[in-house]
Amino acid sequence: MSDVLAVAEHRQGELRDVSGELVTAGQELTDSTGGALHLAIINGAVEEFADDLSLDGVDTIHTVDHGEEFNHDVYLQTLTQLYDELDPEYVVTPHTVNGMDYAPALAAEVDLPLAPDVIDFTNGDGLTVTREQYGGKVETTIDVAGDGAVVTVRPTEWSRTETAGEATVEAVDAGIDDGAVGSTVTGFEAAAMGDIDISEAEFIVSVGRGIEEEENLDLIEDLADALDATFAASRPIVDNGWVEPGRQVGQSGKVVTPDVYIAIGISGAVQHVAGMKTSDTIVAINTDPDAPIFDIADYGIVDDLFDVVPQLIEQFE
Amino acid sequence: MKILVTVKEVEEVEDDFEIDGNAVAETYLNYDLNEWDDYAVEEAVQLGEEHDDVEVVTVTIGPERSDETIRQALAKGADRAIRVWDDALADLTMPDPVTTAKLLSAVVDEEEPDLVLSGVQSDDTAYGATGVALARLIDYQWAAVVNHLEVEPGAETASVHRELEGGVEELTDVDLPAVFTIQSGINEPRYASLRGIRQAQSKPLDVYEPSDLGLSAEDLTSAFELTSLYEPESETETTLFEGDTEEEADQLAGLLNEKGVVEG
Repeated sequence: MSDVLAVAEHRQGELRDVSGELVTAGQELTDSTGGALHLAIINGAVEEFADDLSLDGVDTIHTVDHGEEFNHDVYLQTLTQLYDELDPEYVVTPHTVNGMDYAPALAAEVDLPLAPDVIDFTNGDGLTVTREQYGGKVETTIDVAGDGAVVTVRPTEWSRTETAGEATVEAVDAGIDDGAVGSTVTGFEAAAMGDIDISEAEFIVSVGRGIEEEENLDLIEDLADALDATFAASRPIVDNGWVEPGRQVGQSGKVVTPDVYIAIGISGAVQHVAGMKTSDTIVAINTDPDAPIFDIADYGIVDDLFDVVPQLIEQFE
Repeated sequence: MKILVTVKEVEEVEDDFEIDGNAVAETYLNYDLNEWDDYAVEEAVQLGEEHDDVEVVTVTIGPERSDETIRQALAKGADRAIRVWDDALADLTMPDPVTTAKLLSAVVDEEEPDLVLSGVQSDDTAYGATGVALARLIDYQWAAVVNHLEVEPGAETASVHRELEGGVEELTDVDLPAVFTIQSGINEPRYASLRGIRQAQSKPLDVYEPSDLGLSAEDLTSAFELTSLYEPESETETTLFEGDTEEEADQLAGLLNEKGVVEG
């Protein structure tokens, strides 16, 4: 009968979708441990968030109001205290940018193993997690030893619990030591995106690392022109400074939902896929038949883009 | 100011590969400097160029083979390097991130840097966790996924941008000393110059065994045991357009017509 502690995520006054997914993942774990599911809501509009997250399967919601926004020291102190009080077997957090900013510190603090970026797990005779490796080319299953673990789950891998429940809400006096808070959020800024907005485009031709050199980009821009499609790119191309940030598709760029998305020389890393997987039709052109992009592509050409693209341009000119 | 940069030599898998037991067969693996660490090295080297009296030290956990990768970092401008290895580490096939952080923390205790830079994650295992776990173990402050860093030698705080999801950046002041995990795109990593490559050969590369750093066998046990490794099943039935290049292009053109996104 071991409990599970899940941690909600919010930003700038809004709960993030992953919070409902954590409830589902947490409930899967309590199904096997037979214990209670606790949910921590730290900072922000805690009462409103607690109403929204009083979901099926959640036994107790612990709220801590010590500021508007995420702060890793406040999270760490609160969760360490809740961990000591509740003695849960598992702590479940989102594998998001903020999750990455406190979950490893919590694991180090309470001396639990950390299982990061998990896409599935089973818990019978100990915890076994499923993870990706080598940019999604392989999956691994890993037995996690120990009396418990901090598990960070990949967003969108679990469905969101939406059925309302009857959780008990408890405001916690976490006794935050402000002297030990060593970082201060001073604001938020939208990343420089330029004038382009690709999020509404209906037809996108997108290019990735397979283009190899900056001067080769002309080829893909020519194709986008010939097809009258919107030109976009994956993160490495933008990181290289070859394409403006406003054209970046992915987790840290834009989420796009076109009728047709043609991914050229894009391997399909999870961060990219997060930004385009709900496109109606996905076409991948890649020399590597094992590239993860083919896991989500509806149509594919396994061939050299430098042969296929000129041929396509010829068809439409 | 002393900056310690954690550098990992990562495994890269070739396009076509085979699995042998619970691993990708060795013939299909290549080894290289982790992409995120390349940005971390560049950030440290740039700080060294902007300010006087900055020493950039890299630390790597890895076998002798990784000296080649470490020399890359030295050729790009790091001043000296540390590598940690012994037979017990060689037997530790899958260290969990907290265990790796414990190993690195022993090097921090030795070096006492003002700043530790590490990549957000590694290309191969992508835990995205070691830097922040390290920060807590050594009682430094930290910030994860930093895509802009302003720090002056002797300052009490650094100003960073953290790259959140969906094109939003968090602006944060962080007390020093601190660990920052560096996001790709924060700078433009340089290519090593011929002169740099020559100089790297004579820069110090010290090899320590964990016992030299006061670590015991108990510190070197992983919570992880790999039980299987396999190619994931495709979520979607992909229709492949096959034939010669012209036939492939023809079929794709047909699809685009059918979907109504081009005028046929």
